[in-house]
Amino acid sequence: MKVYFDNAATTPLLPEVRDAMLPFLGEAFGNPSSLHDWGDAARMDVDKAREQVARLIGATKPEEVIFTSCGTESNNFAIKGIALAQQSKGKHIIISAVEHFSVLHSARTMEKLGFELTLVPVDKYGVVDPDDIRKNIRKDTILVSVMHANGEVGTIEPIKEIGKITRENNIVFHTDAVATAGYIPIDVKELGVDALSLAGSQFYGPKGSGALWMRRGVRIMPLLDGGTQEGGRRAGTENVPAIVGLGKAAELAMADMAARAEHLTFLRDRLLNEMPSKVDHVVVTGHPTNRVPWNASFTVEFIEGESMLMMLNAKGVAVSSGSACTSKALKASHVLIAMCLSHELSQGSLLFGIGIDNKPEDVDYVLEEMPPIVDRLRQMSPLYSKFVKASKGGK
Amino acid sequence: MPVYSAKVMEHFTNPRNVGEIENPDGIGEEGNPVCGDMMTFYIKVKDNRLDDVKFKTFGCGAAIAVSSMVSEMAKGKTIEEALKITPQLVADELEGLPKQKFHCSNLGAQALHKAIEDYLSKKKGGTH
Ligand code: FES
Repeated sequence: MKVYFDNAATTPLLPEVRDAMLPFLGEAFGNPSSLHDWGDAARMDVDKAREQVARLIGATKPEEVIFTSCGTESNNFAIKGIALAQQSKGKHIIISAVEHFSVLHSARTMEKLGFELTLVPVDKYGVVDPDDIRKNIRKDTILVSVMHANGEVGTIEPIKEIGKITRENNIVFHTDAVATAGYIPIDVKELGVDALSLAGSQFYGPKGSGALWMRRGVRIMPLLDGGTQEGGRRAGTENVPAIVGLGKAAELAMADMAARAEHLTFLRDRLLNEMPSKVDHVVVTGHPTNRVPWNASFTVEFIEGESMLMMLNAKGVAVSSGSACTSKALKASHVLIAMCLSHELSQGSLLFGIGIDNKPEDVDYVLEEMPPIVDRLRQMSPLYSKFVKASKGGK
Repeated sequence: MPVYSAKVMEHFTNPRNVGEIENPDGIGEEGNPVCGDMMTFYIKVKDNRLDDVKFKTFGCGAAIAVSSMVSEMAKGKTIEEALKITPQLVADELEGLPKQKFHCSNLGAQALHKAIEDYLSKKKGGTH
């Protein structure tokens, strides 16, 4: 049996999305900037995709959507571009401690360029307290960035509440919605954000597609200079197939959102509820209920994530982990550490990214395969034998 | 997941000598300063030879394969021979390790050497 539970890494391309893209890999190869029929054909579909993406996030002006190459670019663009454009007003940036590396590292780069950075903490569920944002605002604060939801642990952040605070203080507010776009309803006005990032590869669109929505009037400095594509905010010939695919994925996500969410939530809650009863000493990470429908994340005590991944993979199951051993940098996930998980616990991190193609049988299979894998690894674990001895001694 | 050699995968899938020894002659516990993981080696010595070697490991796939390989390499060797097992030798026997996993092979050799040192210091110290 093959079970793909790594939709946190990327989702498959929907056949309808691929079909929408195909003409643009063939006869419809024109450059949208060109002034002839070939150009017109491409431009029309790029414009349509812009409307589709705008609709997904409740934006009334499609021209506020800037197409990018991925979520990482959108986040880089937002943090660096907005900070650079606002620097005459101040040089202080606030982000949360659990942001994706593309936000965190962009902010660190700005720090090296003379900006000041404040990281606001999260509670044990990974939730930012809006009050912490308020307390850290200074006269020279120009940008706040807090993700809509965290992809590693699923927790949804109180964006609306933070948006109220940033508006009162006239500060640009960006949110990374890569984990939520296409999964839960988004209305940029209601959220009170000024900029929002999303990525096609996370909701059944193509890799190499992304968008940054920016409220009209918010100033941003382009990272790519050149022609006047994307309203002069991002130069370079448009990646038309990817843009069209992103648009189609947005349209489909919008149309199916409720049904998809119901299906994903059902599978997620089965994993969240049944895993701890199948395997001892498993802790759910992230918020127990206020989380994205596709994310079920855990830590398994006394064992390490990579070895679990390898054993699951041998059984045909694909998942991911935030353990230090699985990361190239050999560092435990900054998200789990920010949630005050011990190093040992974070080593046992396991993330199930559920997809719309997954079936209840996939959950059954995983729930059946997990206990013997955990058992085997615990038999090898010195931490587990110490624990067993200590609890026996205690009796 | 890093790309592991067939040998690493084989030892990971069927690790040899997992477990603990009751009343061992030496115990060596080593923490991995890089990723925070842990390995414990147990040895039983007879006529200056490692009569039995067992291990427990909390760590990645490479760490498990390394401990299994170290235990296999050490078993039956004299104390002096076992002390010559280096991380490089272990990695070579495993047909190589990905670069970012080399530190896991340090852990194995060090934990074994610690167990031997433990044995030697006990021997010096008295009867048991
Ligand atoms: S034990 Fe952590 S990377 Fe090998």
